[in-house]
Amino acid sequence: MANRIVVDPVTRIEGHLRVELDIQNGKVVDAYSSGTMVRGIEIILKGRDPRDAWAFTERVCGVCTTVHALASVRCVENSLGMIVPPNAEMIRNLMFAAQYMQDHVVHFYHLHALDWVDVVSALSADPAATSTLAQSISKWPNSSPGYFSDLKKRLSKFVESGQLGIFANGYWGHNAYKLPPEANLMAVAHYLEALEWQKEIVKIHTIFGGKNPHPNYLVGGVPCSINLDENNAINAERLAYVGTLLGQAQDFINQVYIPDLLAVASFYKDWAAIGGGLSNYLVYGDLPMNGYNDPSSFKFPRGVIMNRNLNEVQEINPADLEEIQEFVTHSWYEYEEGDETGKHPFEGETKLNFTGPNPPYDQLNVEGKYSWMKTPRWKGNAMEVGPLSRMLVGFASGKDEYVEAVTGVLTALDVPVEALFSTLGRTAARGLETQLMTGWSMEFYNQLMANIKNGDTRTATTELFDPDTWPDEAQGVGMTEAPRGALAHWIKIKDKKINNYQLVVPSTWNASPRDAKGQRSAYEASLIGTPVDDPEKPLEVLRTIHSFDPCIACAVHLYDEKGTYVHQVETF
Amino acid sequence: MAIKQKTLYEEIREAGHSRRDFLRFCSMMAAYLGLESSGVAQVVEALENNPRLPVVWFHFQECTCCSESFIRSSHPIVADIILDKISLDYTETLMAAAGNQAEEALHATMEKYHGEYVMLVEGSIPTENEAYCCIGGRSALEIVKEAAEGAKAIIAWGNCASAGCVQAAKPNPTGAKPVHKVLKGKTVINVQGCPPIGEVMAGVIVHILAFGRMPQLDRMGRPKAFYSRRVHDTCYRRPNYDAGLFVESFDDENAKKGYCLYKVGCKGPVTYNACGVIRWNNGTSYPIQSGHPCIGCSEEGFWDNGPFYQHLPSFPGFGIESNADKIGLGLGIATGAGIAAHFLATNVAKRKRIKNEDIVINEK
Repeated sequence: MANRIVVDPVTRIEGHLRVELDIQNGKVVDAYSSGTMVRGIEIILKGRDPRDAWAFTERVCGVCTTVHALASVRCVENSLGMIVPPNAEMIRNLMFAAQYMQDHVVHFYHLHALDWVDVVSALSADPAATSTLAQSISKWPNSSPGYFSDLKKRLSKFVESGQLGIFANGYWGHNAYKLPPEANLMAVAHYLEALEWQKEIVKIHTIFGGKNPHPNYLVGGVPCSINLDENNAINAERLAYVGTLLGQAQDFINQVYIPDLLAVASFYKDWAAIGGGLSNYLVYGDLPMNGYNDPSSFKFPRGVIMNRNLNEVQEINPADLEEIQEFVTHSWYEYEEGDETGKHPFEGETKLNFTGPNPPYDQLNVEGKYSWMKTPRWKGNAMEVGPLSRMLVGFASGKDEYVEAVTGVLTALDVPVEALFSTLGRTAARGLETQLMTGWSMEFYNQLMANIKNGDTRTATTELFDPDTWPDEAQGVGMTEAPRGALAHWIKIKDKKINNYQLVVPSTWNASPRDAKGQRSAYEASLIGTPVDDPEKPLEVLRTIHSFDPCIACAVHLYDEKGTYVHQVETF
Repeated sequence: MAIKQKTLYEEIREAGHSRRDFLRFCSMMAAYLGLESSGVAQVVEALENNPRLPVVWFHFQECTCCSESFIRSSHPIVADIILDKISLDYTETLMAAAGNQAEEALHATMEKYHGEYVMLVEGSIPTENEAYCCIGGRSALEIVKEAAEGAKAIIAWGNCASAGCVQAAKPNPTGAKPVHKVLKGKTVINVQGCPPIGEVMAGVIVHILAFGRMPQLDRMGRPKAFYSRRVHDTCYRRPNYDAGLFVESFDDENAKKGYCLYKVGCKGPVTYNACGVIRWNNGTSYPIQSGHPCIGCSEEGFWDNGPFYQHLPSFPGFGIESNADKIGLGLGIATGAGIAAHFLATNVAKRKRIKNEDIVINEK
């Protein structure tokens, strides 16, 4: 007889996530993932100016800020046939890169690290040995015995105060923590340094977009102008500022994040055999070097891998009505033709059917409907999206830098290629793509500088900005790769207004409930087999869930209060 | 368990910062709080002697941009000290514990420090159906009411908690409401913006820590220190407005010269915020400086005051469309008059809502 445990709230994520787990003989035998908050943003978008949609959808998520704004301006540009100038494309790439570097570092240190790092154990670390450890893995300068000694004192006083703040009630001393005290102390030092650094890299958003979180975007390009002879525009000082921030990011990521990731991973190699879950991976691709309409120039290639077959990358077309279907069998609403049916998002209306218990409740009825999230499928298959999918598609595409990065980490950890399909693989993939991003961001920067040097200062295409130039009806799709995976927005414009607007987001792919065939999505599948040493302290469950970097506000925004599913486009 | 609460000054010293650092921090905070130089001594005194405040931070219908903005706060020691050292006992975004252990930590603070803790709220509360936002199986409405009962002060972070923000835009499908509308009779500090500037968030907390009372609020419940000036009045591009020099379309010749963004939709003339003074991310820039009009994100209902790229004379409540294409000083006066009328009307409507009563916090 399995024992049901509930983790709610799942903390150190964005949004409101609940997981219910069946535990038997110290392992998860079944899992149920539920989104427990809704806002209804698409219904709010209806009837508004399409050029404003980026701002509304950007507010879907403030952790992965920018990604919805980018998908949104692209879907409007796609529908109107706008081509953005090369400078705007590079500035968007730079903002994209800044977002990844900040978001992935914050995820590793502030959202994920406490699953692996025992803060209390750090109190018994030897500062001199910590210094030796730190200097053996990196040339990062904050590594003296005195530095770690001061930190240890600070930490000791903090714990002695009795007010543990964010560290209160953690799973300290849990059997699943494996790091020696010195590694824990080093990680705590970098937790604090990362908190300090992350506010720097986002200044790239502030320079080009005026603020962070939620920088400004613009349909047709970017809002900032370039004028090398003007103090009120992007000039040499602003560009030098960006260059400096990129250099600092490169140092922090290569000298702190990546060495820490490898050091921590080397103590948790058993997690390379846990949490694999699904065997299918989906990527829309992004980071164009030759305009968004040339996917062959993308740094993140587009494609699908089925059954972990790294010898074949299949094509994907999100605009194809046959490819993506969504199911509601276990979601709190119903289809007119029956809840077993799968429907393309464009094909119809869905009514809410809230069958969950009224709050306060102890358990959801997981045999029936149990989440606000709908369940997307690609050609009937459950797909994982995110950093692991991107690294696998890049690797399977035979791109040199991916092959080099992946084989490098496998060699460093002395694990086989199958180790990628795991909780640890997901966490490592996030680090690898961040490292790739440090190099790519310099390419974007250099291309922007070269373009300006050649006399091109355009940052926006405005010929089609005025709605009077638009056709009576238009529609389009905008895709991107959010840090958490494949993201797309679809828009239908009628009489200069939004007629319909839809999003299918990464955490919907990964965190959704079962489909009509009972197939689990990525979270639920990956939790099966996860060990649980102490059901009262489900630390191991958090490791696997956090390896996906959940972003639940993104995933559960799709319904209005009457249960009208917003994916209601009659045609595409 | 006996709790030894440390003062902020002790924490700062233990964190390896010098007294000089500490005094510089106090001066900076005093400056941001709009204090005379004599106020610096008060800040120093308070931070040296007051113990750390227990703080609980809730997340309801939100996007976590307020939490992200808070950790962007840039002064040398704010991220290190204020963030960690106020004893942030509950925050779903950063806390180590999850599930039952997280809920236990919350209830331990609410019981142990009943009447003493500060409650921070990020996000609106759905009222159409309580099941639209549940945490630990309990509804947002139930949680917020329970926690407010024992809170010494309540801060609503950002436009969601202050005014409902994007989910409350028409037709507000979930019945999203701000904190002050579900907690009748409680004083709520509305730290507006989507999100608020990180240093403004830190500044409000420091104000409470340093002076043991709430900051002065305007009639929308916003701290006067940061929300008493229009973005328009503190905008470095204002001389262009007065001289009639406007950007006509994005990236035109005038945009490249940094002219006024009024005609491409800037809401600076009707927006009260500190963007033009403090600016964003340690003073790096702000929306107008980076070429995009202000969208008015610190104002109630700004989502429904669009479209964003339409210029202000057709802004709801302004009967001055006839002036739309005139430029220069005449328009400035007309717009100003419209704004004054609008602001007065708004204030009258809100007058009853906010009682700006000082409360005593950390009384020694």
